[in-house]
Amino acid sequence: MKSWFKSGAPWIWMTAGAVSISLISVIGLLLLIASRGLSYFWPSDIYQFGVNTQTGQSYTVIGEIYDRELVPTQRLIEAGIKFDNIQGEEVERLLVKTGNREFVELDFQWILSPEITQSDTPSGLAVFERSKNGNFYGFVEAVIADGKRIVENKEAALEQAIERAVELNDLALDLQNDEIGAINYELERLRLKQRKYELEGTLTAEKVQELYDRRAELNLEYREYEKQLFAYRNQAKRDEVIVKDMRGELVSLPMNYILDVAFPNDMNFFGKVARYGKQISKFIFDDPREANTEGGVFPAIFGTVFMVMLMAVIVTPFGVIAAIYLHEYAGNSAVTKIIRIAVINLAGVPSIVYGVFGLGFFVYMFGGSLDQLFYPEALPGPTFGTPGVMWSALTLAILTLPVVIVSTEEGLSRIPGSLRQGSLALGATKAETLWRIVIPMASPAIMTGLILAVARAAGEVAPLMLVGVVKMAPTLPVDGNFPFVHLDRKFMHLGFHIYDVGFQSPNVEAARPLVYATSFLLVTVIVALNITAIGIRNHLREKYKALEH
Amino acid sequence: MSQISSNGLKTDSKRLFKDQFAKYGVMTGGVLVLCALLLIFFYLLYVVKPVFNAAHIEPRSSVSTMANKYVAVGIEEQTEIAFGLTDKGMVDFYNVKGSGTGKLITSVDANIDDNIIAFSSSAPHQGQYAYLNEHGEITVIKPSFRVAFPNDVRTLTPVITYPFGEQPTPALDLPAGEARNILSRGEKTNFAFATDENAIGIVYKTANDDVIFSRLESEEDMFTDELSWTSYQSDLNFVTGTIQQLLISPDASRLFVVTDKHIYVANSRDGEDVQLLYTVDVGRNAATITTAKLLAGANSLMVGYSDGYIGQWFETNSADGRAFIQSRHFQMAVDTEDKAVVAIYPEFYRRTFTAVTKSGEANIFHTTSEAELWQGQLVDQAILDFEFSPRSNAIVIYSAKGLSVFKIENEHPEVSWSGLWQEVWYEGYPEADYIWQSSSASDDFESKFSLVPISFGTLKAAMYAMMFAVPIGLAAAVYTAYFMAPSVRKIVKPTVEIMEALPTVILGFLAGLWLAPVIEEHLPGVVLLLILLPLSVFITAFIWHNLPTKVRNKVPAGWDSIILLPIVVIVGWTSFALSPLVELWLFNGNTRLFITNDLGITFDQRNSLIVGIAMGFAVIPTIFSIAEDAVFSVPKTLSSGSLALGATQWQTLVKVVLLTASPGIFSAVMMGLGRAVGETMIVLMATGNTPIMDWSIFEGMRTLSANIAVEMPESEVGSSHYRILFLAAFVLFIFTFFFNTIAEFVRQRLREKYSSL
Repeated sequence: MKSWFKSGAPWIWMTAGAVSISLISVIGLLLLIASRGLSYFWPSDIYQFGVNTQTGQSYTVIGEIYDRELVPTQRLIEAGIKFDNIQGEEVERLLVKTGNREFVELDFQWILSPEITQSDTPSGLAVFERSKNGNFYGFVEAVIADGKRIVENKEAALEQAIERAVELNDLALDLQNDEIGAINYELERLRLKQRKYELEGTLTAEKVQELYDRRAELNLEYREYEKQLFAYRNQAKRDEVIVKDMRGELVSLPMNYILDVAFPNDMNFFGKVARYGKQISKFIFDDPREANTEGGVFPAIFGTVFMVMLMAVIVTPFGVIAAIYLHEYAGNSAVTKIIRIAVINLAGVPSIVYGVFGLGFFVYMFGGSLDQLFYPEALPGPTFGTPGVMWSALTLAILTLPVVIVSTEEGLSRIPGSLRQGSLALGATKAETLWRIVIPMASPAIMTGLILAVARAAGEVAPLMLVGVVKMAPTLPVDGNFPFVHLDRKFMHLGFHIYDVGFQSPNVEAARPLVYATSFLLVTVIVALNITAIGIRNHLREKYKALEH
Repeated sequence: MSQISSNGLKTDSKRLFKDQFAKYGVMTGGVLVLCALLLIFFYLLYVVKPVFNAAHIEPRSSVSTMANKYVAVGIEEQTEIAFGLTDKGMVDFYNVKGSGTGKLITSVDANIDDNIIAFSSSAPHQGQYAYLNEHGEITVIKPSFRVAFPNDVRTLTPVITYPFGEQPTPALDLPAGEARNILSRGEKTNFAFATDENAIGIVYKTANDDVIFSRLESEEDMFTDELSWTSYQSDLNFVTGTIQQLLISPDASRLFVVTDKHIYVANSRDGEDVQLLYTVDVGRNAATITTAKLLAGANSLMVGYSDGYIGQWFETNSADGRAFIQSRHFQMAVDTEDKAVVAIYPEFYRRTFTAVTKSGEANIFHTTSEAELWQGQLVDQAILDFEFSPRSNAIVIYSAKGLSVFKIENEHPEVSWSGLWQEVWYEGYPEADYIWQSSSASDDFESKFSLVPISFGTLKAAMYAMMFAVPIGLAAAVYTAYFMAPSVRKIVKPTVEIMEALPTVILGFLAGLWLAPVIEEHLPGVVLLLILLPLSVFITAFIWHNLPTKVRNKVPAGWDSIILLPIVVIVGWTSFALSPLVELWLFNGNTRLFITNDLGITFDQRNSLIVGIAMGFAVIPTIFSIAEDAVFSVPKTLSSGSLALGATQWQTLVKVVLLTASPGIFSAVMMGLGRAVGETMIVLMATGNTPIMDWSIFEGMRTLSANIAVEMPESEVGSSHYRILFLAAFVLFIFTFFFNTIAEFVRQRLREKYSSL
């Protein structure tokens, strides 16, 4: 034993333990996010509990089991809950999501297991997804479609009615976003045009008339669309469904708020899988609802991708040129050393400092000057002098510059010198060698750098909070109105969405699964990008190794 | 033939030009990186710098020809119009900006009967002036400015408004024929008033040196809209000595009577029962009190003495209840013989004030920053009145020469280098302290900008993170680089790289919403894990050591960490599963209650432990990859030599490999520290973000970076708050610049050393 200690073997094992801890924490973390994020979409059974409390009240609770935990009996007794018939040191309690937000105080309810007298998953229990007030759970009693009360075959009738209402709602939404949105956009542009003429002093009566005519025309059009919009909305309101909720009361739900219905207790495994897939696609392609705590994350995905692409366009040329300079042109001079230290420092400066710099320099100074020069008609309202997607992309471009530089330089250093010398010996200039030989060979390394930069930018939140991200952007940065790409707009971002929904939302409990799902989405994208980059890099190393021989 | 060669030459020169062009283009691109860094540095500095600028005053205009003598002057918000009030109730408005400077715009008669015996002005932000007539009736007037935009040009029209009606309001119940004091400048001190929405408080000194307080309360008749006044009056018979100044707080709740040696502070909420709260002896040997004034916010009383000393007094909590104490003092820094402070003039909302001497020397101070902002002589005559403009960008002075308007640049008087980094005694606090409290709902809030608590929080968070990350990161790096089988290493390295790539927002979210409640529930489990984990590794190692060689040979060398994987998982699970039992056994079933009640330690759910673990997790990969690189690149010849000489693996590692790689390991720790210091999202989400100074592991903190993220979006551009947040960013920049540069420098040296080996 003593000699074993002396050999140092236990210490080696200890260092090995550190590796194990790191591995377990990474893998555990990924598994945690995956399991929590993916299970959110699974249609879980809806339970009906008969509850009989210690104080003698009895009632029914309908909902999904959301969480279970063990509570020490002692703590419950301290909290003033009486126990006569319960033994053991711990009691299980269930967190039940009961929905029906407009009729109960809280849509989540804790129930102590010993108080449950009866528990089953009756057939015919429906969960309604609604655009307001969250889910509704209950038994469908009747469907009122087109004024007729349908009791027979009501599931089919319900599905039909929902489909119709959803379609009408979609039509109304499209009309509102596209046609009416375009009119509003043009009206705003006309206002700015008039202001511009005013500022230039070229506003003649003729122009005023022209603008006035166009405005009248637009207003007329607008009234047409508005009529149509109200028509759609009224039609969507036509049907309703009568549901018996957990209080045993009949509630009428207007069809225009219902988005979907499901009967998870009656589904078989494949039915559930189908619904699971549907829920995931809704999560990815829908807009968020109810202060981001429900619905999908499409605008956040779009915003993230758009900003990151914009950033990639900016950062790649600069990063590659800087790397080429450092590796191909710069000697071992003091300036080069300083530039290398600058690169390392750019990589090490906290991201929030970039945010502060971006806000002060890009947004207020640069953007403010742009507004003075090119958008005086909109002042004092800022155009570019306010946080927006362009400034975010620029800020993140500086932030990720070192990533591209380091990765490209590594690729350049692995290209054997013989190739360069061969090209030069054949009479090519240095620039030609670079352009024809070196850069094409280094392009996978550049790609790696770009992928890593994109992965880094996609996960960065702190600077974006200052230079352009918002919790809810009414419009995407790309739409059908001229000039189609709006770089001055604010945008939504997956990372910020996680922070905002997880920490700033009014109902954290309800939003938590959504945060896990969003996290899973973000982690998947980033891990996939990183694995791709690592793969390319390893492949490249093998290839160059082969070249050297 | 010649044509071909010239053609060839042409292409050659074109190619050469392209080559040169590419060379300079690429060079510019490279230097741009350096420029980016310098730009960030200098831009941050550029925004921060104005905070430390001294106040600057320059004359703007003056109005000399005046027939009237004024008892008070003022200037409106746009600094376009200055006004003066006469003792007869006339208000003259002068244009002091743009064309027509110096012209009398209008002279308005406030229609106050001419038996005026006293005059006083309210706190600057209320902008009211009161005249008291010999019947003891008061008239309150307020010079106002109507804004209109005829033909798109902004015009200001001065008017006089009467907040409490044009008719004098009976205020004092004076004995007949008593107060025939004739109004003159020097006696502005024997009358003070303050107004609320429907109440007026008046304090007045009669000719026989009695001090009377009267509180008027109005009630509006529902039908006729007429105001009816009820008056509550009391004699302040506790005052003795020569009264130098009577003061009343703007909400009429506090009375201050300043005699030549004493301050009397009384509660005047109840007009019929004024209670004396404090009597303070403020005599300073031969020096006597010459003047006193309330600062903006009405918490601080500035007391000026005959020797140029100015003391700041306020109410605060002390060991024996509330007390009225002196916090700090200023000394007039004027060249004249007579340093006596004849008057003190406060700003509208900030804690800046001007003290003037008899000869017209002025000295501008700020209490919070204890800064002397400006000193000099603005007019070469006695200053009769001195007022700041509402935005504190202009001063109007009334002297025998007339009205003089000055431009003053004094954007950030509340910030000083010492105020940011040293203890400051804020108003209402019992002692000097480090406090960060940047904003509040009221205009006259005293901002508390101490960077110490948030810098402390940054270091605390970084320290806990490093405590977690350094041992694990370094140990893992050493093992991976030196002992691990290459096949395992191929998997471990990318896994750690992925760990580095995980967005911190996700780590922060998990730490705040998942880890914090889990750890709060299982505190004993965490302690248990800390003990059981190393123990179980030891035991495993020992069992492994004693296993038959046959079994041991089945697993290749360098797979130890893989063998340990299930052990760590089982031990981790067991410790948390045992946690409730330990809790019941040791802490009566509730560790958290035990900590707060029995140990008396504050416990936050989102505490330093959580931050340490979460941020440690973020820092481990940084430390790991650099340290691993350093250890791995130690030449094999060194370790082989050591092993050949009979040293064990461990001895070789400690005495040869680690020693050689130590600069690299140092640089890894530096880089890790740099990352921990600047990390934002994790601390933002995993702590409560309260700027407290406490090393306790169970309490949270607020870091520089989180502070920026929280407060930057709502700070006003160009304000002191905005610039101090930039300063916080600059501090972070310098901090990480320092660590990174050291680390990089050490690494470059190391690389050169290895290449020579």
